[in-house]
Amino acid sequence: MIRFEGVTKRYAEASGTARGDGSVAVDDLTLEAPTGKITVLVGPSGCGKTTTLRMVNRMITPTSGTISIDGRDTASLDVAELRRGIGYVIQHAGLFPHRTVLDNVTTVPRLLGTDKRTARTLAMELIERVGLDPAMAKRYPAQLSGGQQQRVGVARALAADPPVMLMDEPFSAVDPVVREQLQNEFLRLQSDLGKTILFVTHDIDEAVKLGDQVAVLRVGGVLAQLDSPAKLLADPVDDFVAGFVGRDRGYRALSFAAAPELSLADEPTVSLGASADDVRAVGTPWVLCVGAAGEPLGWVRAAAVESEVTRTVLHRGGTVASTTGSLRALLDAALSSPSGRGVVADDDGRLVGTIRAAEVIPAIEARRDAVASQAPAEEATAR
Amino acid sequence: MTWALDHIGDIMSRAGQHAWLAGLPLVLGLVIALPLGWLAARRPRLRAVLLTTTGLLYTIPSLALFILLPPLLGTKILDPVNVIVAMTVYTVALLTRTVADGLSSVDGSTQQAAIAMGYGSFARFRAVDLPLAVPVIAAGLRVAAVSNVSIVSVASLIGISQLGYFLTDGYARSFPTEVWVGIVACLLLALVFDLVIQVVSRVLTPWTRAVAA
Repeated sequence: MIRFEGVTKRYAEASGTARGDGSVAVDDLTLEAPTGKITVLVGPSGCGKTTTLRMVNRMITPTSGTISIDGRDTASLDVAELRRGIGYVIQHAGLFPHRTVLDNVTTVPRLLGTDKRTARTLAMELIERVGLDPAMAKRYPAQLSGGQQQRVGVARALAADPPVMLMDEPFSAVDPVVREQLQNEFLRLQSDLGKTILFVTHDIDEAVKLGDQVAVLRVGGVLAQLDSPAKLLADPVDDFVAGFVGRDRGYRALSFAAAPELSLADEPTVSLGASADDVRAVGTPWVLCVGAAGEPLGWVRAAAVESEVTRTVLHRGGTVASTTGSLRALLDAALSSPSGRGVVADDDGRLVGTIRAAEVIPAIEARRDAVASQAPAEEATAR
Repeated sequence: MTWALDHIGDIMSRAGQHAWLAGLPLVLGLVIALPLGWLAARRPRLRAVLLTTTGLLYTIPSLALFILLPPLLGTKILDPVNVIVAMTVYTVALLTRTVADGLSSVDGSTQQAAIAMGYGSFARFRAVDLPLAVPVIAAGLRVAAVSNVSIVSVASLIGISQLGYFLTDGYARSFPTEVWVGIVACLLLALVFDLVIQVVSRVLTPWTRAVAA
């Protein structure tokens, strides 16, 4: 557990005025990042989120207040030892350009005195674990893509198996597709490792996706709200938080609502290679095409099939919801389907049935009523 | 040409002394410039003072330095130590800025990562900043090497044996061939120095040639 108690960071005025009331980066912050959880610090630039992060490993010294890790005041520890016990990942990875991937990953274990061979064996395991080809181990950082460098950055931070990790916008500098991949793998890795993570981002979507709890900071380093992502979206404490979490928060909050068991409609299907007559025989303007294992491939417009169903005539705009997914995915499947019927598949990706948006809405309303009835009790325990 | 061949032994022995007088200060100068450059790179205020001071050293005329040093060091005027010390001063003058620039050129996120991983300041200098500054420092060394080879020849005016002897002697005897031999020999020596520095720098920086695969 990382605990901030009344932490303030004040920078002296550049001109050195005698009044001594320089700009405040972090203002009387009290916060707990629970063990084994991801706590995300999010806010606009100038909200002190990076300053907050760097005070943990004493890259920045707080003006007042204490920061403790598992009950030990960080100010009382040897600074090099403190840092070696904390994994650190930054935006551009900050790899050592003159060292190979393998030597980058062994850095902290070597500093801690692990012998070279043990450190290397361990590093190879980690390199694979973060999703890199072992052949990359001998390359230099300049030979890797941004996403690969970031994976090495994560492997390097994990190398000494630190209980605590600090991550400063680690996925901001890569393109959206790679970012999503890295985020998903990061969550998978964290579910295995259970590190205590403090994660900084300016991206509320990332915060809500990754955080077990999210701390929204406002400019001047004041904590505006600390809550679970679902609570944050459902109940922002003020206009600043409401504005920051965004306009479509009602829709996004559905991400945290598990899809209830709804009765799905059976959907007649065709296979690839089905003739135009087979498709028209179904009798609906849009027909769902499935693969050999029963996995949905896409919708076919019956009128558009000339001789037979090929991959090129498939409409791929519709998303597929999972029976164990969220209400958001379920609603989105219905909204994005050209037929108006949202495709639902089981965990193995096989078609289970379809559902219309009008059938999802009652489930959403029922859930809201249920949440509203238990909210007062929750309120009482939270305050 | 025949003159050069007739005197090849003399040329080689003077070239050896020339290499020693120019090369040893290069090493000594680098050893002194490293901590100075490190200080300059770490402390912005010290940087201005250090770089101005060392920069000014380079403006002292070499002949003046060769003559001023003996009373300061308590050496005899003909002692080659005077030349070694003078050339070291010039090397430090040239390299302090280079070392400071090289160390400052290390990418900010790399430095930050090194600090966050628990490197102490000396360990970071040795393991991260210095290796990354090698290309810049090598470029500075090449300038200093050529400059040293050229300045050492002036020492023949105070009677220290090296390739500059052919210049002064050839001039005194109005014998252009000897002057040319001296010039070409200096040039070749400078090229050898340059080559050695390039090879060493190349060996130390395999990562600079690693390109996206």
